[in-house]
Amino acid sequence: MTCNKRKNQEESSSSDSDESTRVASSFPDEVLERVLAQLNSHKDRSSVSLVCKDWYDAERWSRTHVFIGNCYSVSPEIVTRRFPNVRSVTLKGKPRFSDFNLVPPNWGAQIHSWLLVFAAKYSFLEELRLKRMSVSDESLEFLALAFPNFKALSLLSCDGFSTDGLAAIATHCKNLTELDIQENDIDDKSGCWLSCFPENFMSLEVLNFANLNNDVNFEALERLVSRCKSLRVLKVNKNITLEQLQRLLVHAPQLRELGTGSFLQELKACQYSDLKSAFHNCKNLNILSGLSEAAALFLPALYPACANLTFLNLSYTALQSGELADLLIHCPLLQRLWVLDTVEDKGLEAVGSNCPLLEELRVFPADPFEEDVVHGVTESGFLAVSYGCRRLHYVLYFCRQMTNAAVATIVQNCPDFTHFRLCIMNPHQPDYLTDEPMDEAFGAVVKTCTKLQRLAVSGLLTDLTFEYIGRYAKNLETLSVAFAGSSDWSMQCVFGGCPKLRKLEIRDCPFGNAALLSGLEKYESMRSLWMSGCKVTMNGCRLLAKEMPRLNVEVIKECESDDSQVDKVYVYRSVAGPRRDAPSFVLTL
Amino acid sequence: MSVQLEHDYIGLSSEAASSMEGSERKTGGLNLNLKATELRLGLPGSESPERDNGVGVLKSLLVVSRAKRGFSDAIDGGSGKWGLSGNGGSDTELCKGGNLFSPRGVNGGGKGGGSECNNQNTGLGGPVLKDGVVPQSPKPLQEKKSQLSAPAAKAQVVGWPPIRSFRKNSMASHSPKSDDDAEGKSGSGCLYVKVSMDGAPYLRKVDLKTYGSYMDLSSALEKMFSCFTIGQCSSQGVPSRDGLNESRLMDLLHGSEYVLTYEDKDGDWMLVGDVPWEMFTESCKRLRIMKSSEAIGLAPRAMEKCKNRN
Repeated sequence: MTCNKRKNQEESSSSDSDESTRVASSFPDEVLERVLAQLNSHKDRSSVSLVCKDWYDAERWSRTHVFIGNCYSVSPEIVTRRFPNVRSVTLKGKPRFSDFNLVPPNWGAQIHSWLLVFAAKYSFLEELRLKRMSVSDESLEFLALAFPNFKALSLLSCDGFSTDGLAAIATHCKNLTELDIQENDIDDKSGCWLSCFPENFMSLEVLNFANLNNDVNFEALERLVSRCKSLRVLKVNKNITLEQLQRLLVHAPQLRELGTGSFLQELKACQYSDLKSAFHNCKNLNILSGLSEAAALFLPALYPACANLTFLNLSYTALQSGELADLLIHCPLLQRLWVLDTVEDKGLEAVGSNCPLLEELRVFPADPFEEDVVHGVTESGFLAVSYGCRRLHYVLYFCRQMTNAAVATIVQNCPDFTHFRLCIMNPHQPDYLTDEPMDEAFGAVVKTCTKLQRLAVSGLLTDLTFEYIGRYAKNLETLSVAFAGSSDWSMQCVFGGCPKLRKLEIRDCPFGNAALLSGLEKYESMRSLWMSGCKVTMNGCRLLAKEMPRLNVEVIKECESDDSQVDKVYVYRSVAGPRRDAPSFVLTL
Repeated sequence: MSVQLEHDYIGLSSEAASSMEGSERKTGGLNLNLKATELRLGLPGSESPERDNGVGVLKSLLVVSRAKRGFSDAIDGGSGKWGLSGNGGSDTELCKGGNLFSPRGVNGGGKGGGSECNNQNTGLGGPVLKDGVVPQSPKPLQEKKSQLSAPAAKAQVVGWPPIRSFRKNSMASHSPKSDDDAEGKSGSGCLYVKVSMDGAPYLRKVDLKTYGSYMDLSSALEKMFSCFTIGQCSSQGVPSRDGLNESRLMDLLHGSEYVLTYEDKDGDWMLVGDVPWEMFTESCKRLRIMKSSEAIGLAPRAMEKCKNRN
């Protein structure tokens, strides 16, 4: 279709050569806009906008959702000027390593300046999804008051706000359909915010307060749930008891996503059977999470609801292998599973046996900082899953031991990996059987998994790993490196060999200025680079900044130590120029 | 205060702490790691006490640090939970706890510095906590909480393993190895909880899963703590199980002298025996054999809470 359109334009342009420079398309603009409005992927839209000016214009007028992967890469003014009709914005702020406390507090990524511009230009804004942004209560209140059509708020891994801000949202957003508060650093003052929803408010479709700790008023919650007939996602916090959960389920059997409370309470027989029958009536459940203190005793109550489950998030549940096995038998359609390593290898064997449709597995460590633990998962568990779940393409695996041979077998079993994130928790740990580096493991991954987009490496790794990556990982977009590599050659290989690289984050590796500068040609086609704990110096960073003026090269200086050593540097492309809100410890070169 | 952060709850050095925990875990039993009691102990800011006075300081240390860790939560929330008009919320130095055992410092007036910490060998069964002073220091507890990523053993690397702070903190609150909070694994094959007895120089650990009822538990505790009767104490050596009449222990445990209490998942101190056994094992985090003089005001609250629960 693309070719035809272009051809039509060229034909008409040749016959209208005397007309004004603006080519009259044989397709009226409105039709083009209508067609383009069907496009949702922002990558597709970016491509479309590059075709020609008409298409660029049609695209910008028809874009209603804008995704900004780095809030400093562009300014709100630029965004609002280019896209006048946006109703939904997704913004990501801090570098990903801020999730692990590597970015100092008050670094930036404040939403407020964006809201001020949006209030003027996007007064009809409906949705705001933020990740790793700093959000204040003041901003939330402003949001609640300035946008009368506001419908959906999602905050993931954000900080700076308290439950007061949520109260403002609940109070003022008359058309709210979605309130999704996930894993934020929130000042959890009280559960009163829930009671702020007006009694006649009934539009809610998504409510997620699973990560808030204070009690909400249960009666208010129950009334809210029973009023909101379109509710499809409900994730409550751990204070909600089983009995209360049962009452909620009775009001909302239409739920598609459920996050339970702690799933622990002494129940009488009749209460238990009520619970079981409430679950039985939830025939549409696709996603289940919560279960933060699930007692094995009560898990069977869930079984009737598991027939259509595609995503089971048990990553906050200290489940044992047998309990997991019993549960999985009832989840034949499972595609995504998140668990804690308390299930151990035996539990993962059960995964391999019972989940043939599994596509994604994440195994989190229950005791990440405990040295002496003999529990957790090993290479055997991973192997067992790979034998049973051939469709596996996304894995996040925290373990304490791994071997090159196991990984090689795993990727032979599952060659379709798009996301391979392996975290051997002890830095610099070799193959525990052969004592060799883990180079061959990741070599096998990149050689076999040609569709690989995201890779996180760990264990003892030399430059060879990165040679392999540069040579084979042609679709790689995101690479995370920690405690790895022997020299600058590693990075040179990666920059030289990975054409689609967009995000590179490195910590505690022996890479210096040569490594940093080897990416000179690359950084403008990438979203960002993070390097911390490496051997980069101020001179290297200054040189980079000088050679590439369209990059922001930001050095984070925390202590007064050696001026020339750079502990943390963050490099990203931007059309907005250097940050104007940088705190004193961020130096833009 | 930084010194204190690196020590575990009884002020042992890191290696001892991890080896002690490690050996307990491995043996799975109720062995006492003698190494633990051989190490020098000291309250933050103070010199290690002389060996002979070990008992008194150990005791005061235990009370103090228990208070820091276990009671602070309970006490912070409301004064007088123990029937004591406490300095709830006041930033008393931990060391003040030491003063409790000195004749002078009973009412907690004046912040005793470390050097004031008294090595009173008051002996067991003597007056422990007096009215008006509750040794606790909310600040260290919070600092410790914010450093959940720094366990006793190795120096931790910032942000490694790469787990979001949120997840780290959530898991830590019901992690079995977490320093401060839950000491028991939930839903697994064993459920170790610490048992302290007022006046005893060291704590014990019991696996609640090995008992089927309150009777089993209390008789096991009697045997375990049989050596810690009034006037008798041994800070060295395994507690002797012979030569102590159990009936005296029964008195101690069920009679007027001592009360068996436990800390539940919410951090509240409850009287043992009110709830069904299974519910108790699911929610018990620690046990404390408490002097009944301190337990005033405990029972009514425990009843209230159970009512709310059921």
